[in-house]
Amino acid sequence: MWRYTLNRLLQGIVTVWFIATATFLAMHAVPGDPMSGDRAVTPEIRKNLEAKYGLDKPLAEQYVIYLGNLARGDFGISFTQQNREVNDIIREHFPISATLGILAIVFASLGGILWGALTALYRNKLPDIVIMFFVILGISVPSFVFAALGQLALVKLNDFLGFSLLPVAGWGTVSHMLVPSLVLGLGTMAYLTRLMRSSMLEIINSDYLRTAKAKGLPATRIFTRHQLRNAILPVVTVLGPSIAGITTGSFVVESVFAIPGLGRYFVQAVQQLDYTVIMGTTVFFGSFLVLMVIIVDLLYGFIDPRVRVS
Amino acid sequence: MASSIPHIETTLDDFAPLAAEQRRQQLSRPSLSYWQDAWIRLRANRRAIVSLYIVIALLLFTLLGPLVWRVDPSAQDLDQVSRPPGAERTVTLAAPYQSWTGDAVLPAAPGLRLAYPANTQSVRLIWDPTPGASAYRIYRNIVPLLAGESLGLPIAQTLTDAETRYEDRLDLRAETYFYTVVALDAAGTEVNARQATSVTPVAVITVEEAVSRGLKVSSEPLKVGDTVRFKLHPLGTDYLGRDMLSRLMHGARVSLFIGIVAPLLFVGFGVAYGSMAGFLGGRVDQIMMRFADFVIALPLLLFMILFKIAFGIGPGQSGILPMIVALVALSWPGTARLVRGQILQVREEGYVNAARLLGARTNYLVLRHMIPNTMGVILVTLTFAVPSAIFTEAFLSFIGMGVAPPTPSWGGMSNEGIKSMLIHPHELLFPAVLISITVLAFNLLGDGLRDALDAKMRSRE
Repeated sequence: MWRYTLNRLLQGIVTVWFIATATFLAMHAVPGDPMSGDRAVTPEIRKNLEAKYGLDKPLAEQYVIYLGNLARGDFGISFTQQNREVNDIIREHFPISATLGILAIVFASLGGILWGALTALYRNKLPDIVIMFFVILGISVPSFVFAALGQLALVKLNDFLGFSLLPVAGWGTVSHMLVPSLVLGLGTMAYLTRLMRSSMLEIINSDYLRTAKAKGLPATRIFTRHQLRNAILPVVTVLGPSIAGITTGSFVVESVFAIPGLGRYFVQAVQQLDYTVIMGTTVFFGSFLVLMVIIVDLLYGFIDPRVRVS
Repeated sequence: MASSIPHIETTLDDFAPLAAEQRRQQLSRPSLSYWQDAWIRLRANRRAIVSLYIVIALLLFTLLGPLVWRVDPSAQDLDQVSRPPGAERTVTLAAPYQSWTGDAVLPAAPGLRLAYPANTQSVRLIWDPTPGASAYRIYRNIVPLLAGESLGLPIAQTLTDAETRYEDRLDLRAETYFYTVVALDAAGTEVNARQATSVTPVAVITVEEAVSRGLKVSSEPLKVGDTVRFKLHPLGTDYLGRDMLSRLMHGARVSLFIGIVAPLLFVGFGVAYGSMAGFLGGRVDQIMMRFADFVIALPLLLFMILFKIAFGIGPGQSGILPMIVALVALSWPGTARLVRGQILQVREEGYVNAARLLGARTNYLVLRHMIPNTMGVILVTLTFAVPSAIFTEAFLSFIGMGVAPPTPSWGGMSNEGIKSMLIHPHELLFPAVLISITVLAFNLLGDGLRDALDAKMRSRE
């Protein structure tokens, strides 16, 4: 187990290093640089600016400095926002994205397990058909449409009630978080429901379930102890990759609901070509995702002892 | 253990060839090839067949549609901006605009009223003076006035109390407007004296405008008072007056091109990579798969954006090529893993060994057993890759990193439509519905194909 953990961590570090290098090379392959903007810059100022950002050094040296800074967790200074450190931006805005993402994951996994179990319980009956219809909808409709519809629904709801029950946009209180995180989790919820349903149905025909029934265990106990617990396992496996999906989904949801999260910052930085912010957030998001996948994989070993053996 | 094998007495006669009739197997029903069998199973799946028709219809829509509906997707029809489908197209011809001196042709009535019949050239309002007022402020609203709610946009303010008329010429359309005039006291604050009315201007253009836009229908010269019809836009227009139907057709080209070409390429590469690893086996296989594991860990969307920047394409520029390159470069490991697994599995199957034992050559083994048995998995991956590629394109265009205007794409159109979704929902609705239908059709088709092609992967229903 320790060897496996160490192996996975090493692999993760290599991946992060590759992401960092690719980001670095991509940024330096771009024709032009952040200084050739709208304002004309005299050669002297240009030289000073290049010295400030370390752009006058040879590429290899810049790369070494960049990796050294990364190892210390220093992502540099934003190009478009005067003297704002990328670290500050991440520190300030990532907690918001994380809160949104965690809520979305909670919604998605609870909803997915609940709906999936229900569809398996009522297989080919009305609840199954209705839920599966919504699941197909959830898989096929892009997240920005959900975000737009969610906001529209909020506007109509507040209009109908005559007062503002839930805010339409912004961030701050719990009421701000509900609808955006629900919208963010919808796609994953649909996917998890489908997975949960098929893994429940797979277990229905298993020997140990038949044994439990033969022993005369009450149906609720069979359902909760034997069926549900075993069916949840595949759902846990895909949680790691779905964190990646939720992270990218948050770019859209944060933009639509005007939530000051890191995703919105990333999109803004991409649109303004703020190189250091793109580099910093890319490496940050990349390492975060890699770490999440590793954690989920390791957790899975604890939940399901059979995995550890293989 | 050898003693447990029953000993059968054989004579030389047992090894003589059989008669021709006895050699032939008796077939109780016509022999079906793998693909014939799969097709029968697919045809029985109604959802999959409907999806197949939808996919074909979408392809026709984008390939043949522009040949039938020859409207330039970037041509702007400024007479009809953000019109929903089925909006009124008739327009009356009016004399050229002449400035207003304050006279009225309509009968006088108390309160805020029209001096002239309202049209989209101008709305001429007059009202009764309020005693003690020093000036008046005029509001215009596009929704009915409610008690306690906003009066709308303050569009003008008179200079003196003597001026009790106002001519509105600001971006008028054939919609209902709700005007309110509020009196102001000497300090310039609003007093509680309001007059309100609602006005629905008639859509008009001048004869010259009609001629210059080619709206003439008969050979007779157009004259004031005639009615003509604006150009037809079956699905309405967007915020720049561009034809939605034509944009959807051309946008589908981008979306479906990326959605089909990128999966074809990366599935192709994945198949080559995976089957090579599977065939070669051993150390090479291990190294190759380790590399695939590494690529799979890279976050796709971040790299898509990096690729685009590395290609030197900033926001506001279209980058279909980098999008495809990035999709191919990062999406192949999934297919490669799957195909390798299949190849390894099929290689060890009993029927492959049996065929080999019967003297089948490698060519035959590959063509007859390996390819058909992995083809199902490959096809299913392909159909599921299409919706995810379309999603990716839509997402990138939505955040402004994909296909840039004026090139239409469904994602980009949704992005534009979302800004005015409360007032003109059709601008968001059509592209969003088309994306959803396409993704849905490919997903259901993929489900159907999986059920038909691969008994092992069959979803339990």
